[in-house]
Amino acid sequence: MIRVFCFLTLFFTSFWGWSQEIPSLSFEELHQKIRVDNKDQVKVINFWATWCKPCIEELPYFEALSQTYQDGSVKVLLVSLDMEVDRAVAFKHKKGLQAEVVYLDEVDQNAFIDRISPEWSGAIPATLIVLPDGTEKFYEKKFSSQEELNQTINHLLQLN
Amino acid sequence: MRTCTVLLSVCVILLFFQGTMSEQGYSVGDYARDFELKGTDGKMVSMADYPDAKGFVVVFTCNECPYAKAYQERINQINQDYASKGYPVIAINPNSTGEIEAETLDQMKKRAQQEDFTFPYLADETQEITRTYGATNTPHVYVLAKEADNKFKVAYIGTIDNNYKDADEADKHYVREALDALMDDQPVEEAKTKAIGCTIKWKQA
Repeated sequence: MIRVFCFLTLFFTSFWGWSQEIPSLSFEELHQKIRVDNKDQVKVINFWATWCKPCIEELPYFEALSQTYQDGSVKVLLVSLDMEVDRAVAFKHKKGLQAEVVYLDEVDQNAFIDRISPEWSGAIPATLIVLPDGTEKFYEKKFSSQEELNQTINHLLQLN
Repeated sequence: MRTCTVLLSVCVILLFFQGTMSEQGYSVGDYARDFELKGTDGKMVSMADYPDAKGFVVVFTCNECPYAKAYQERINQINQDYASKGYPVIAINPNSTGEIEAETLDQMKKRAQQEDFTFPYLADETQEITRTYGATNTPHVYVLAKEADNKFKVAYIGTIDNNYKDADEADKHYVREALDALMDDQPVEEAKTKAIGCTIKWKQA
């Protein structure tokens, strides 16, 4: 009985621990994070969800990108648009994602889609790149290879 | 002769892509084309089949997308509330191209039965209608107002309401508000909205 209790406790606390690892942000908090804080960084913000197949396919490219710039000059932020944060948490653990993952906790999508980019239809995958000078580039597409993503970033870094 | 045929085919294909790829889709105020698509009962459905309709709620939606699932009951309710007032729902599945098992007409039929769909649920196998309308997500709604000569003017494009998680918590019911405005002969206040949705699974060229 005690064993079962211990097991259950461990089982649930591990879940509790998980959900602590992905912060749920309001749009305002996300906005702060990507446009106000740490302005010297190039920020690569990828909008994804566990149910979105093309998102999952391109996620490893963003993960690799986050590992490439460990000096912090380029910051990768994976913003989950899943319906429940738990799905993103489970996925993060399953894939062992090292890049920072946050959950956007907003139900009114019209309140934020245009504020990410007026070009955005709302379809994912979508990626926003914010440069230190405040310039923003928006991509409503799936990056088809690591090379394509790296080249896009390198090109922007050279311009900046 | 053979070269000619090949060249001609290439030309036709190029023309086809030019026609479809340059298509940005409808904006509010444009006239939407009619369609003839197969429904889950095997019959072809067109807007022209509804001579008494005053307009339509054309919903691009599918079986598997979590957002489409979250909204299917609400879509059914809109049809129950507005079909009798002259604005029936017609749902079109843009992903039913035969490439995705879960989106075939058979699977659509199962879903329609399970969920007691009171509206036709059609397969856009060639995705021609989806491209012409310019739908990008599922669900993606086009409210159309019928004018004389069977012309269908786009009155609203976008999402259903402002809370995908909980219908009861939504306080902006865009589609219903557009329909109510049409019935009152009033302008639609919010005629264009956006939503996170599943990307339509375009057929590989």
